Amino acid sequence: MIRFLIRRVVFGVFVLWLVSLGTFLLFFVVPGDPARSIAGRQATPETIALIRERLGLDEPLAVQYWTFLKNLFRGDLGYSYYNNQPVTALIAERIGPTASLVIGGALLWLVIGVGVGILSATHARSLLDRVTAGFVVAGISMPTFVVGLMLLFVFNYLLSTVLGITFFPGGQYTPLEEDPADWLRHMILPWITLCTVQAAIYTRLTRGSLLEVLGEDYIRTARAKGDGNRRVVVVHGLRAALTPVVTQLGVDVGYMLGGVVVTESVFGLGGVGQAALQAIVNLDRPVVMGVVLLAAFFVVLASIVVDIAYSFLDPRVRLS
Amino acid sequence: MSVTDLAAEPMPAGLEPESIEGRSPWRLAWSRLVRDRVAIASLIVILLMVAAALAAPLFAALTGHSPTDQYRETGLTDQGIPVGPGAEFWLGTDSLGRDLFVRTVYGARISLLVGVVATLLATFAGVVIGLVAGYFGGIVDTILARAIDVVLSFPYLIFAMALVSVIGPSLVMTTLVIAFFSWASIARIVRGQTLAIKEKEYIEAARSLGASPMRIMFVDVLPNLVAPVIVLATLLVPTAIVFEATLSWLGLGVDVRIPSWGAMLAESQSFFRVAWWYLIFPAGALLLTTLAFNLLGDGVRDALDPRSERLFATRRKGKP
Repeated sequence: MIRFLIRRVVFGVFVLWLVSLGTFLLFFVVPGDPARSIAGRQATPETIALIRERLGLDEPLAVQYWTFLKNLFRGDLGYSYYNNQPVTALIAERIGPTASLVIGGALLWLVIGVGVGILSATHARSLLDRVTAGFVVAGISMPTFVVGLMLLFVFNYLLSTVLGITFFPGGQYTPLEEDPADWLRHMILPWITLCTVQAAIYTRLTRGSLLEVLGEDYIRTARAKGDGNRRVVVVHGLRAALTPVVTQLGVDVGYMLGGVVVTESVFGLGGVGQAALQAIVNLDRPVVMGVVLLAAFFVVLASIVVDIAYSFLDPRVRLS
Repeated sequence: MSVTDLAAEPMPAGLEPESIEGRSPWRLAWSRLVRDRVAIASLIVILLMVAAALAAPLFAALTGHSPTDQYRETGLTDQGIPVGPGAEFWLGTDSLGRDLFVRTVYGARISLLVGVVATLLATFAGVVIGLVAGYFGGIVDTILARAIDVVLSFPYLIFAMALVSVIGPSLVMTTLVIAFFSWASIARIVRGQTLAIKEKEYIEAARSLGASPMRIMFVDVLPNLVAPVIVLATLLVPTAIVFEATLSWLGLGVDVRIPSWGAMLAESQSFFRVAWWYLIFPAGALLLTTLAFNLLGDGVRDALDPRSERLFATRRKGKP
């Protein structure tokens, strides 16, 4: 177990290093000079040179990368090219809406996806199963941003003009510690937006996986020894059926960041995702590097957690 | 998915009486698909969408409106608000007084073109990489399998955004970026199937006859994989369309001057409270297209893999 963990952590650090190198190089192989865009259109060559020097852009690529790595180990991700804000401070400032969105959204899609998936599998071919299948295809077909726009349309235009009440405000973010009720009101539409596609995918996955497991011999054994249906499904079936769901969850951590950028942009939550989008458009390399590394860190962490979770879910899996 | 075994098994020619027509697995699959009403309806929707996209200039001539011209006199009210659907503008106008119908029809060209071309590229790359990884094994497989995992689990939307923003948005760029982040799911399935197939006796026989790895991969292994690859590719098209729409919506897709559904929805976001048609029609076209492709993909899978249904039925019977 310990050896397994050490190996995974070493590999994880290697992946993070690769990601940092890749992102770093991406900004150099392409045309576009951050110093020029910061200086503005009418800047003199001297001004541009000065900015380049101040940002350390005049140094050789390898030296720049080495400086970046050294600072990284001290917990310093550099400063934004645009407003000189430390990247760590910028991320810390904006992590609130993003964390609320991701944690709430993920909980919601797991509960809906796994819950409906179980119902669908245990009632295979029933009306419920068919209706669910319809919703699943519709859900999978919906681009995240369209879900968000449609929710805004319904709740912030149709219902609010007809009834004159706005149930859920269509934007901004209230910190949880300030006003929990208002926080909830602001987060409900973003949560639904983030989780619609995922809930559909997880429903399909859980249903398929559970149906397959329920056909296994050991399930018949469990039934033969007199276990009730609920016990068979929950204790014997679900444990094995959840393995692919957990795998998918590990993969989706990376996906989630894309969904977060989109959802935050639709609702103007002002989180890390929106900062990333802004930084990407501005070629603000330190901020992009910071956000990508943060995301990659969670992806790596998730893959390790998933591997450990396997050994709990499936007694046949031994970590080695 | 065990589509392959079935499709691969040769029909027992000569065993059937003369009067019974021997039907190839493909003919059988086709006849199953034709009986699937949902799949046929989806196919018709897709064909209509393709026809509309091809006939876009015709619609422009018919309405007398080009997709890019701004009709500020007739297309905007005195307050500068878009005009609703009517005889002059069939689906209303957008915030600049452009014809929404003509733009939506032109938008179909971008979505379908990017969706189909990116899928073809991704399918080709995925098949080749999956075959090579699965067939050669060893270090080649280790590297390629890792690459597949990385592409599958990384925050691809962020990387795609970064790539597009530094290299500059264009139709070709968008298509290549989408293809680059889409091949991995196909490669994973192809690799897995190749690993299983290469252990079969007839591959051994081919090798002992002196067939080259190239020949074995593409002549002996690949035909077994055609069915799952067709299913995956059909389901990849809507994913690519959503990907393109999302990039365009974020302002990082195809050139903003070309009408695309994603860009239209981005523009509509600040206007849908005064002009519902501005949001509803492009969103509807996008959803209809992705839904049709997803439903067709499901239909194709059911048609090519009749075994899953039959297994399903026996399990149902075995259930107490």
